Amino acid sequence: MSKANAINYKKGKEPHAREYRLVFKNVDRKGWDPGIDCYLQDGGYRELKKALLMDPVDITEDVKKSGLRGRGGAGFPTGVKWGFIPPNNTKPVYLICNADESEPGTFKDRYIIHQDPHQLLEGMIISCFATGANLAYIYIREEFPEGARILEKAIEECHQKGFLGKNILKSKFDLEIFVHRGAGAYICGEETGLIESLEGKRPYPRIKPPYFPAALGLYMCPTIVNNVESLCNVKHIIAMGGDAFAKLGTARNTGTRVLCVSGDVVNPGYFEVEVGHITMGELIHDLCGGLKPGRKLKAVIPGGSSAKVLRAGEKFKIKKGDQEIEIGIEDIPMDFDTLMACGSMAGSGGVIVIDDSRKASWILNNINEFYAHESCGQCTPCREGSLWMKKITDRITRGEASPDDVETLESVAFNIDGKTICAFGEACAWPTESFVAKFREEFLADTSEKYDDAILNPETELAAAHLSSET
Amino acid sequence: MNVPKEIEAEIDERITHYPVSKRSAALPVLHSLQEHFGYVTEEAVEWVAAKLDLEPINILELVTFYPGFRQSAPGKYHIRVCRTLSCAMEGSYELMEKLCQEAKIDRSEVSHHHPIAVSEDGKFSIEFAECLASCGTGPVCLVNDDFHEAVEPAKADKLLKQYD
Repeated sequence: MSKANAINYKKGKEPHAREYRLVFKNVDRKGWDPGIDCYLQDGGYRELKKALLMDPVDITEDVKKSGLRGRGGAGFPTGVKWGFIPPNNTKPVYLICNADESEPGTFKDRYIIHQDPHQLLEGMIISCFATGANLAYIYIREEFPEGARILEKAIEECHQKGFLGKNILKSKFDLEIFVHRGAGAYICGEETGLIESLEGKRPYPRIKPPYFPAALGLYMCPTIVNNVESLCNVKHIIAMGGDAFAKLGTARNTGTRVLCVSGDVVNPGYFEVEVGHITMGELIHDLCGGLKPGRKLKAVIPGGSSAKVLRAGEKFKIKKGDQEIEIGIEDIPMDFDTLMACGSMAGSGGVIVIDDSRKASWILNNINEFYAHESCGQCTPCREGSLWMKKITDRITRGEASPDDVETLESVAFNIDGKTICAFGEACAWPTESFVAKFREEFLADTSEKYDDAILNPETELAAAHLSSET
Repeated sequence: MNVPKEIEAEIDERITHYPVSKRSAALPVLHSLQEHFGYVTEEAVEWVAAKLDLEPINILELVTFYPGFRQSAPGKYHIRVCRTLSCAMEGSYELMEKLCQEAKIDRSEVSHHHPIAVSEDGKFSIEFAECLASCGTGPVCLVNDDFHEAVEPAKADKLLKQYD
C-alpha cells in the first residue's frame, strides 16, 4: 500500500500502489505550489528546527546510520563522504548541491527543483549545519532556467523567514545559499569538474588524489558535493532518525529511490520505490504498464546511459544469502548491489527500456554521439576515442562498415576505460563495451567485407562512402 | 559596447555571491550579457574580463567550451531540441526536421563548432541540445526559456505559432 494515500494527487498523476513517496511526496500533489507558505503549512522546516538543536556531529552520525547512498550515480555513502572533512580543519567548508542533472535517462531532480524547492533547501540547510558550511551553492544546469528562478525565489523566501542569513532561528549558525547556473556541459556533473566550473574555469575534472573534494575542493577548501535527491533525503533522515530510514529498502541499499523510466514502455515516468523492493520486470510491467503492444523486450539500460546494457535472455548470477542463484533480466531487484553484481549499475536511476523494434547499433550510435559531444577533451583516450567510437557506429548504422570495424570499436572502448582522469572515460566506454559484447552478431550483420580495404585504398568509391563521416 | 545600467547593476549584485573569488562569477556574468544581447560578442568577452580583473582569454576559453554560450546571433526565438536517446526514440529527429521545414531553416551547414542554424527571416534559430532531463515526456525542446514536452513532430507548426 502506498504510504502517500492520505495525500491527494492530480488526476492521472497518482502514485502507483507499489510506490513509497518520500522525496517525491509533493510532486504532482493537488493544490501544491513551490511557495514557502504551502511548504510551511505542510509542516515544512520542522526538521530544520529539530536539527539546529542537535549536535552537528550527531547529524552526520545519523546520516551514516541511515545508510544513505548518493543518488547522483556513484552510490557512495553520503555520511561517509561528509566524514572526509579533515577533523583538524581550520579552513572554511563549502557545500554544493549538484543540480546539473544531465545523465541521459535521468529526470528526477527536475521535478524536485520545479515543484518542491523548499524540501531541497531544508535538506541543504541541515546538511550545511552538519558539515559546518556557511556558504553553499546550488549548481543548476543552464537548461533549467525556470528552475533557477524558482530556487532563487525560494532562497529569498527563506531569508524573509529567517531560515537563511545570519543567526538562523537564533542558533548562531550563519548560512548563505546561492544559485549558480552552468552552461550546458555534462562534465560539470563530475564533482571536481563542477568545482572548477564554479571557480570560473573550464570544467576539467581534477586529478585524483585527493579522491574527495571533502579534503580539497572549492578554492582548495573542504567541499561537500551532494546530489539534489540525496540532500532531500537528509531532511527525512532527521524526521525519522537514521535507524528508521535504514529499515526502508534493503540492507546496504537503504531508503527510497526515484526510478525514471523512459523508452519503449506504455507509461514512462518517475516512480519512487523502496530500494530493492521491486524487480526490473515489475517496474516495466506493473508500474510502467508493460511494453508497447506486440513488442518484446530487447534490452534495458538500468542506470543512465553510461550504465552497461542488460540484454533480455541474459542470465545473471547473484548472491542470495549464502547461495549463488541465476536470474533473468526481469528478476533483477532494482538496487545498487544487485545491479553491480549483474555487471551494470543503478547509477542515477534512469532506466531506458528498449524493445525489439530497435537496432542495437542505432541506440549505441545515439549514446556515442552524446559522449563524443560531452567529452571535455582533457585526456587523449577519451577526447579522441569517444569521437572514433561515434564515427564507427555511425558507419555501422549507415551499413558502410567492415566487420573489422566492430573489433576496432571494441578496442577503442577498452583503450579509454580506466585510462582517464575522471569516470567519464568509463561512462563513454561502457555502453560500447556492453553493446558490442551482447549484440555482436547484430552489429556484424550490418557490416560488409567489401569495406575491408576501404581505409587502405582511400581513393576508391567505397572508401569515400566509408570515410564520409570522417571529415 | 553599451551595457545598460540595470544589467550592470544585476551583474554587480551577482558578483557579490562569490566573496572568495570574483572569477567564479564568470558564468553568471556571461549569462546576463547573453540574455541581453542574444550572444557573446568579442567586446563582451573583453568587458567581462575587465569586470572580473581577468585576461580576455580566461573568458574566451569559457565561451568556446560551454555549449550554453553562443558566439553568433540567434533568431528572436531560439529553439533547442533534445537529441539524446529517450527523446530520439520518441521522434526528436523528426521533430527537428519538421521544425526546420516550418520555420524555413536550413541546417546543412551545421557542425560541431557551428551548431546553430537561423531562419531566413531571423525569427527562429535552432540547434540540437544534449539531454534536457525530461526523458519520460519526449520529445522535448526549449524555446528561449519556455520548456515544451511531448511535442509531436506533426504539431511542429502549432508550437511555432505560439511565437508569432
